[in-house]
Amino acid sequence: MQQPDTNTTARRLHLPGDAPETARPLIEMHGIRKSYYIGKPNELEILHGIDLTVYPGEFVAIVGESGSGKSTLMNIIGVLDKPTAGTYTLDGVDIHTAADNDLAAIRNRKIGFVFQTYNLIGRQSALKNVELPMLYAGVPAGERSRRAKEWLARVGMAERMKHQPNELSGGQKQRVAIARAMVNEPALILADEPTGALDSQTSRVVMDLFHEMHEQYHKTVVLITHNPQLADECQRVLTLRDGLITGERRGAGRRAAL
Amino acid sequence: MQLFENVTMALASVRSNKMRSLLTMLGIIIGIAAVIAIVTVGNSMTGTVTDSMSGMGVSNITVSVTQKDSDDTAGTARGVTLRRFMDATPAADDLISDEMIGEFTAAFPDKIARIELSQEAGSGTLAKYGDPDTTITATVSGSNSAALQALEDSTPILAGRWLDDEKDAGRHVAVVSEKFVEQAIGGSNTDAVGKSFTLNLNSQLYTFYVAGVYEYTENIYASMFGITDDDQIVTSIYIPLDVAKEIAGADAGYQSITVVAATGVNVTSFVDTVGSYFASYYTYNDSWTVSASSISSLVESMTEMLDTLSLGISAIAGISLLVGGIGVMNIMLVSVTERTQEIGTRKALGAPGSAIRTQFITESVILCLIGGLIGVALGIGLGAALSAVVGMSAKPSIGSILIAVGFSMGIGVFFGYYPANKAAKLDPIEALRYE
Repeated sequence: MQQPDTNTTARRLHLPGDAPETARPLIEMHGIRKSYYIGKPNELEILHGIDLTVYPGEFVAIVGESGSGKSTLMNIIGVLDKPTAGTYTLDGVDIHTAADNDLAAIRNRKIGFVFQTYNLIGRQSALKNVELPMLYAGVPAGERSRRAKEWLARVGMAERMKHQPNELSGGQKQRVAIARAMVNEPALILADEPTGALDSQTSRVVMDLFHEMHEQYHKTVVLITHNPQLADECQRVLTLRDGLITGERRGAGRRAAL
Repeated sequence: MQLFENVTMALASVRSNKMRSLLTMLGIIIGIAAVIAIVTVGNSMTGTVTDSMSGMGVSNITVSVTQKDSDDTAGTARGVTLRRFMDATPAADDLISDEMIGEFTAAFPDKIARIELSQEAGSGTLAKYGDPDTTITATVSGSNSAALQALEDSTPILAGRWLDDEKDAGRHVAVVSEKFVEQAIGGSNTDAVGKSFTLNLNSQLYTFYVAGVYEYTENIYASMFGITDDDQIVTSIYIPLDVAKEIAGADAGYQSITVVAATGVNVTSFVDTVGSYFASYYTYNDSWTVSASSISSLVESMTEMLDTLSLGISAIAGISLLVGGIGVMNIMLVSVTERTQEIGTRKALGAPGSAIRTQFITESVILCLIGGLIGVALGIGLGAALSAVVGMSAKPSIGSILIAVGFSMGIGVFFGYYPANKAAKLDPIEALRYE
């Protein structure tokens, strides 16, 4: 894991016209296309050729209206789905050549997911939920528990780690989910509308956590949202429209009062 | 994936759906309980029978005169005309004679430990000691010392001695019970030895001298029929065999004898040898023959019967287990559908298909295992209750319990595989999007 300081973070902002990057990109996509119902009369292409490069330590927002292909792009970035055409290299791994089990391992070790609907496992305590990615990574029990507690403490959930998801508020659930996403030390945090189901005050807390993960733990964060205000907090904002990236700009970097 | 985590998750899932889990397990519970119950009852039955019979001696072979089967044509070729079912009891020359026994003993000197012979002389009556108006009854039987020897193991002698074939031949001596001493002779057991008493046997009076006094054990039939009055208690008096034969007028032979096989002899096969040896004397007899049987052959046929019964019940239990297994499969499919989003999340967190499959198979196995354990407990209880009704001690078989538990786990794997595999193959995106 690189240790970028503020200068390098700025340098890694890769906009058209910038000097060519020397560091290896974390996400490198070229001509990504995704079609559904291939060969059927209702064949549908959602993504029409996406080129996307994200460098380690970046905080990138992808904004777009519903139907723009956001979710499809997120699934492909998150290695939950494979593109129909184009190349995608994640942290040096070409995902085209990877088998299903390899994809599972990539998701497990390189990506931390945060969902709009939290997606905590019911009937299991917050602690068990945070331990889960380590369980699939084969981390021994003692180590699992230690690391899970550590991360729950970092997101301010140490007091409630024995609680089950149905005993937690939305914001608390999302904090547990962020701890769960971070616990395997992934290269990329992939958040899909993480504040979509939260009120503005709680949204602020959750967004601050993402900033903390980015600044303090130097995580690469890709945030998918339809909220332009949230997107503006990020370093780089990509606009997705009708399956194509139509705009790319620097974010204001200012945290909005949500 | 770690087993402990899987088991914990499975238990949590079973706990969260208690009623549903219980109903699902019902088929397994009933199936396993039925098998365990029948095995327990069968075990205690054979156990009790074997116990009580080994007390009588597994090496005993009973040889008795029986009527020939209607399809037994041995000897007819030699001009024997059949006169079957004409006589209810064998005539004197149809009985097993001393000559036959002598020849038999000579033919198998190594295989026979002893031959027990006895002859009922009838019931004798005499006046009660100190109360001439009351009569008490005793059955009189003549026994050779071999027959008495078998008795000695269970019945200790309190005073005097048991009878001896040679020394007591033709003598009017008797071994009586302490009860008889108390009621008919009076005084202590030691004092009674050497005293005489006179019995009315078959309307004739016979005087016997007491040679020994044996310990009286309460007859189970007496207590069963509620005979509590001491006067009505019938005790046995043992006298020398030849004396009993003389009294009974039965000089020719025995209707039944007991051959005790020597140790190390295979009783099951020796029974047939003994049977055919004696039957050979009866080849030309028109309606009687001899058959030999032993306790072990009796136990064998009883075990066979129980095995058939067990097989029948096991078949029913098998059907119950099959239906139970299908129920488990059904509920696992429901569970997979209900938890589609959870499966999607797990996959997004990096669970490989195999981990998801193992998780659901573990859940199915745990479900069946709990059902199996409840079934085993229920089956032991049921078996014990049934055994108690028949008046036997329950003997659950550890082997069958282990097999039952293993089998129920097998059902879990077998019927859990399909739903688990379905879960493992779910597309993560569709699973995540599932509402």
